[in-house]
Amino acid sequence: MRHLWLIPALPFAGFLLNGIFGRRASKAVVNAIAVGSVALSFLWVVKTLLSLGGMETPHAERYFTWIESGILNVGFELAVDRLTAVMLLVVTGVGLLIHIYSTGYMAHEGGYYRFFAYMNLFMFFMLILVMANNYLLMFVGWEGVGLCSYLLIGFFFLRRSASTAANKAFIVNRIGDFGFALAMFLMVVQFGTLDFAGIYPAAAEMPAEQTAGILTAIALLLFVGATGKSAQLPLYVWLPDAMEGPTPVSALIHAATMVTAGVYMVARSSALFLQAPLAMDVVAIVGLLTAVMAATIGLTQFDIKKVFAYSTVSQLGYMVLAVGVGAFGAGIFHLMTHAFFKALLFLGAGSVIHALSGEQDLRAMGGLRKKIPLTFATLLCAAVAIAGVPPFSGFFSKDEILLAAHHHAPWMYWVGVITAAMTAFYVFRAIFMAFFGDSRGHHHPHESPPSMILPLAVLALLSLAGGFIPVPRFLEPLFPAEGAHHDFALVAVSVGAGLLGIGLAWLFYVSKPGLADSAAARLGALYRLVYNKYFVDEIYDATVVRPLIGGSRAVLWRGVDAGVIDGAVNGIAQRSRDLGILLRMFQSGNIRSYAAWVLLGSVFVLAVLGVMGGLR
Amino acid sequence: MEGAPLSWYLILSAILFALGVAGFLFRRNIITVFMCIELMLNAVNLSFIAFSHKLNQVDGHIYAFFVMVVAAAEAAVGLAIILTVFKNRASLAIDDVSSMKY
Repeated sequence: MRHLWLIPALPFAGFLLNGIFGRRASKAVVNAIAVGSVALSFLWVVKTLLSLGGMETPHAERYFTWIESGILNVGFELAVDRLTAVMLLVVTGVGLLIHIYSTGYMAHEGGYYRFFAYMNLFMFFMLILVMANNYLLMFVGWEGVGLCSYLLIGFFFLRRSASTAANKAFIVNRIGDFGFALAMFLMVVQFGTLDFAGIYPAAAEMPAEQTAGILTAIALLLFVGATGKSAQLPLYVWLPDAMEGPTPVSALIHAATMVTAGVYMVARSSALFLQAPLAMDVVAIVGLLTAVMAATIGLTQFDIKKVFAYSTVSQLGYMVLAVGVGAFGAGIFHLMTHAFFKALLFLGAGSVIHALSGEQDLRAMGGLRKKIPLTFATLLCAAVAIAGVPPFSGFFSKDEILLAAHHHAPWMYWVGVITAAMTAFYVFRAIFMAFFGDSRGHHHPHESPPSMILPLAVLALLSLAGGFIPVPRFLEPLFPAEGAHHDFALVAVSVGAGLLGIGLAWLFYVSKPGLADSAAARLGALYRLVYNKYFVDEIYDATVVRPLIGGSRAVLWRGVDAGVIDGAVNGIAQRSRDLGILLRMFQSGNIRSYAAWVLLGSVFVLAVLGVMGGLR
Repeated sequence: MEGAPLSWYLILSAILFALGVAGFLFRRNIITVFMCIELMLNAVNLSFIAFSHKLNQVDGHIYAFFVMVVAAAEAAVGLAIILTVFKNRASLAIDDVSSMKY
């Protein structure tokens, strides 16, 4: 036993302490508990991984039997293998940095202890998710992070838009979770177990004629779950709205960790997906479409967090593309580098917003380069990383994905390259609009406190150098490389696309600032279509939400609830009332009439007894 | 009591009881109504005693004593109520005491 349970238990203890006693504790105590618990968890991860060594085989620890029912036996079982090791380091490492950052960012907000209690609870569920050794326990973490996401998006619950966004995230995720649950039912039917160790060998041994149906169904349903959590088409709509939460939440949950859970789950289930080529194709195409579509929307947004939110959707699309074309290692690699640079982008954006006392509109920024130089420097690191400029982290992971996509189908590579160019463009557009040119706002920006700058610096370092961590090679025992050789021409094209995007952004937003508006005006309808996010929210609203609400109102509320249920209750009450009105006539208050009734009654009883012969 | 058969006593008891019931139902003065109740109780007592004698058991006597005790208590409470009613309403007509109704 290496006490794996300590890893999730430490943040959970932090949650309990802060959740129960935090209201009365001082900020220093809340900070110490929240950051300390995650730091200890991180240290325990490092210690465990060091002591486990190579991890050629998963190290599993079973604590107790959770559910035993018929053939189904589900244990509370945690496990660590190489894939989990990468996830654990990303989750606790980036999580720790973001907790430290939050102590500075949230310093002036109400509900301080509540924020950190939720954050710790999130860490607990996320760690359960990645360490679970069966699908049901994974589902516990899966639902738990969804709950924390809901709680933290709606952290400023007095703001209507925040509570609406929280509801939206929760409800859209329910659709995906429904797919996950159905997949689990099918797995129980097919394999009689939910343990990874039981399912994957059985799936690998199934003959091809059997796998086509059941395994494809399971894989597709699992992927429905992934589209919800990882914000893929058609369920991505909640993620941009989730930016209503505090910025550290956007960085931790909606960029670095939770939204990558879908990618992790598909990678974890690689044995199932590899047996279902049709499902793999669906995964790859959905990922690619999401990447392109979100990138185009990102080109036109003016809210700095919305730009990065669509960027997250787009980058998640890349990861899903990677696992869809079978490059699981590359997908997890990009997951890691993305956690670094996207957390940095969000935290940097948070630092900008903090500096401008809450301003999020890029059009009201400008000229911040000199005013907040540290934030600018770190954000620039993240930008070059995401744009795929060699030798920074995004270059390596994105390249792995694009090469694998080319190996799978060349057209996917070209779409990916176009997306890469757009990625570089919108990220640098945001940077240029915020930091270059003249100030367009009336703010007095101030640099953020050290507790915020330090995590930015560490993440900047990781964004720059993270590409040299050989994640795909480390994961090779789990995910054999598909033999995609490094083709210099393909690499050069994708790097060129990134540089082209940066150059265009420079042209549009620094050297000729009027060009962007005139281009937008020239494109007219197309620009409006993209600016309004393809009207997807409006389409969903018209086709799904309104019919559902209308139908519920007409049938379920007016018909079933008001008509049948209330009708039955009210009807019974009304009949009793009518009977009571009749019976109360006996209560005349006239004593002699009571006496007469008593007499009649006793005569009646005697008569009945006499007739029945009871008097004998 | 050798000569008088049980049925005579029972018939007398029934007649007394019927008189009590009739008085209770048809008289309007509360005190009369009250006395009719006492009459009914004593009619029942009579049949208790008659049965007790006939069956050579003491139970009937005990019941009769119980009834007398209860009747005495009832008379005390009842007369107190009647006095209060009369003080408040200056009337002893039973039909005037009908405010306890729906």
